[in-house]
Amino acid sequence: MLKNPRATFALIILLTVLALFIDIPNLKIFGRQISHPKIETKVLKRDLEPKLGLDLAGGVQLVLSADMTNIDSSDRNNALDSAQNVIENRINSLGVSESIVQTAKTAGDYRLIVEMPGISDIDQAVATVKKTAHLEFRVLADDAPPEATLSALPEHFVATPLTGKDLKRASASPGQDPQSPGYVVNLEFNSDGAKKLEEITRDHLNAPMAMFLDDEPISWPPPVIRAVIADGNAQISGQFDAKSAKQLAIQLNAGALPVPLSIESQTRVGPSLGREAIAKSIFATAVGLTSVAFFMIAYYQFLGVFAIGALLIYTTLVFAVFKIIPVTLTLAGITGFVLSIGMAVDANILIFERIKEEIAWGKPKLEAFYAGFDRAWTSIRDSNVSSLITTAILFNFGTGPIRGFALTLAIGILISMFSAITVTRTLLRVFWIRKI
Amino acid sequence: MDFIKYKSWFFALSLLIIIPGLVALATWRLKLGIDFSGGTLWEVKFSQNQSTTQQELQNFLAEQAIAFSSVVKTQQGSYLARLHESDEAKVNEIKNKVTTNFGEVEEVRLETVGPTISRELAYKALAAVGVSILGILVYITWAFRKIPKPASSLAFGICTIVALAHDVIVVVGIFAILGHFKGIEIDSLFITALLTVIGFSVHDTIVVFDRIRENLTKYPETNFPEVVNHSLNQTLGRSLNTSLTAIFVLFALLLFGGESTRIFVLALLIGIISGTYSSIFNASPLLVVWHQISKRK
Repeated sequence: MLKNPRATFALIILLTVLALFIDIPNLKIFGRQISHPKIETKVLKRDLEPKLGLDLAGGVQLVLSADMTNIDSSDRNNALDSAQNVIENRINSLGVSESIVQTAKTAGDYRLIVEMPGISDIDQAVATVKKTAHLEFRVLADDAPPEATLSALPEHFVATPLTGKDLKRASASPGQDPQSPGYVVNLEFNSDGAKKLEEITRDHLNAPMAMFLDDEPISWPPPVIRAVIADGNAQISGQFDAKSAKQLAIQLNAGALPVPLSIESQTRVGPSLGREAIAKSIFATAVGLTSVAFFMIAYYQFLGVFAIGALLIYTTLVFAVFKIIPVTLTLAGITGFVLSIGMAVDANILIFERIKEEIAWGKPKLEAFYAGFDRAWTSIRDSNVSSLITTAILFNFGTGPIRGFALTLAIGILISMFSAITVTRTLLRVFWIRKI
Repeated sequence: MDFIKYKSWFFALSLLIIIPGLVALATWRLKLGIDFSGGTLWEVKFSQNQSTTQQELQNFLAEQAIAFSSVVKTQQGSYLARLHESDEAKVNEIKNKVTTNFGEVEEVRLETVGPTISRELAYKALAAVGVSILGILVYITWAFRKIPKPASSLAFGICTIVALAHDVIVVVGIFAILGHFKGIEIDSLFITALLTVIGFSVHDTIVVFDRIRENLTKYPETNFPEVVNHSLNQTLGRSLNTSLTAIFVLFALLLFGGESTRIFVLALLIGIISGTYSSIFNASPLLVVWHQISKRK
């Protein structure tokens, strides 16, 4: 703690101004564009836009259960990763920003959790996500223009009998050839696949063979067949590093280890519900805050004014932290934030009541002021720790809205300890103590 | 005010609310929402046939042998149907049937929860409540370890837990009654509300206990019940004021906030009122009872 209240005061003002700067929404006022800054450094990148959850932005959340009955138990994790990767790519091609695809494994259940906020055509998005991946190996069409061999275009390739069904698994490994360092992708075909591959490699020796996942080419330009492969073990080498080799292996596995996905649970929220909810919760928060302000000022008079000042600073700081982390705002999350306002005020009430008592016991004002802050601290600490225990448990228990609630409440409690104690004390020392 | 003298009355008032709640819980159980029972929550607006009534929709679902637990009209004029089905293909079939019969609809919201997830969630919810109670017991016993003899820090911990159990039972009991008469269902947000109430209840109790701890050191000569009563009176202003501010904001959310968090806010409101009561009228008088019993031994 800084000894000089004015220095602390300056620091608080600086923090608040900084937070206000982050908080301002992108607006046009009198034809002038006003916008908040962005953080763009190597370690931290934030656009500082408020993130809205499903219930506010509309959109869909799906919990997909992956059917692993036909997949070897050793391959199941790979299969799930591949399914995740495929869905991520599909969603990106739909142009859904801020979507999340997570994997979740619990006691033999393999699941994918997909969140797509803000999309309009939910039915189409769900259908796109649910589709099982389809992998094809394609070769140049007989009627492709001769120059196409060099500048081969995806549309000049035609399907072969070889598909993802014939592929057992794909994996990435460091290349064995000392001449070309780097990584390779190994493909292991089943006996059916081996036969088909032998035929294709014989017929198309020295011609490219392309791989298409869901009709999109992967690893472009396509590799060229260098030898006839009879044993069903192919290797793709090229300009791979560890990351790109692994990426290709994952994509190939999506076709090799297709997992049928079924919707286990879903939440769809139309856009109108979200808009309504935002307007309502802003209004409700404003009404709640105003009534608390009236109450505090009516009951504690000028002390109350300082508490409200601290509360305003608190609100600015919390919102800035929400944008920096970033916290996805949901209705439950907003409730958590509003409740934390109650906690912030509570700390001030504890302190003020104590100051009043100390004054009633005959202490001079200045001493009563310090004693109030000192003695109130233990109960503020103990009670907030117990609330933090429950928020930590909530965070682990829940998904989506519950986590949002726990996170906003916990951030609120932590910042409220700073605002109710440091900020209020400094404000009082700067504006009140000097007059005594 | 002498809180300790009238403690039996305060305990009796608590029982007056708890016992009907427990009876309701035993006879009717809680009405589980789709989060815990599995099923589909479907909210639609009839954009073509806006005059469609709740009765017509209910009759249609019954005619088609579609299992549902309720159909409610919301304040926004949409209909909220709770269906038992959670399989996606079958839910789509139901949607198609409704659209064929009533014309175009706008889907405001659709939530389905499959049976595996709902079972898992119910289990997790119980575990979460249990773990947080245990965590708080440990923390309080630790935080009050330096309490002067003959008071024991375990007594403080256990009395805190009794007070919070009181609040959990009050909320759960009232929701069992509301579930039976008003059809209000509990979902995972309800569990969130319960855990928050637990946090708040302990918050309140700790403030009083902290004062008792301070006064025990300050007035070693005074007997225990008097110290407790004195501490209660000293912290009364704070307890009531804090609860009032929380109640203000929650009332604002209840009256003006969104429809989907209304039940959540209601549970919080009941719990916080109960928490204020239990921390003043139950937790501290219980400390005195504990003290008297252990002295007699």
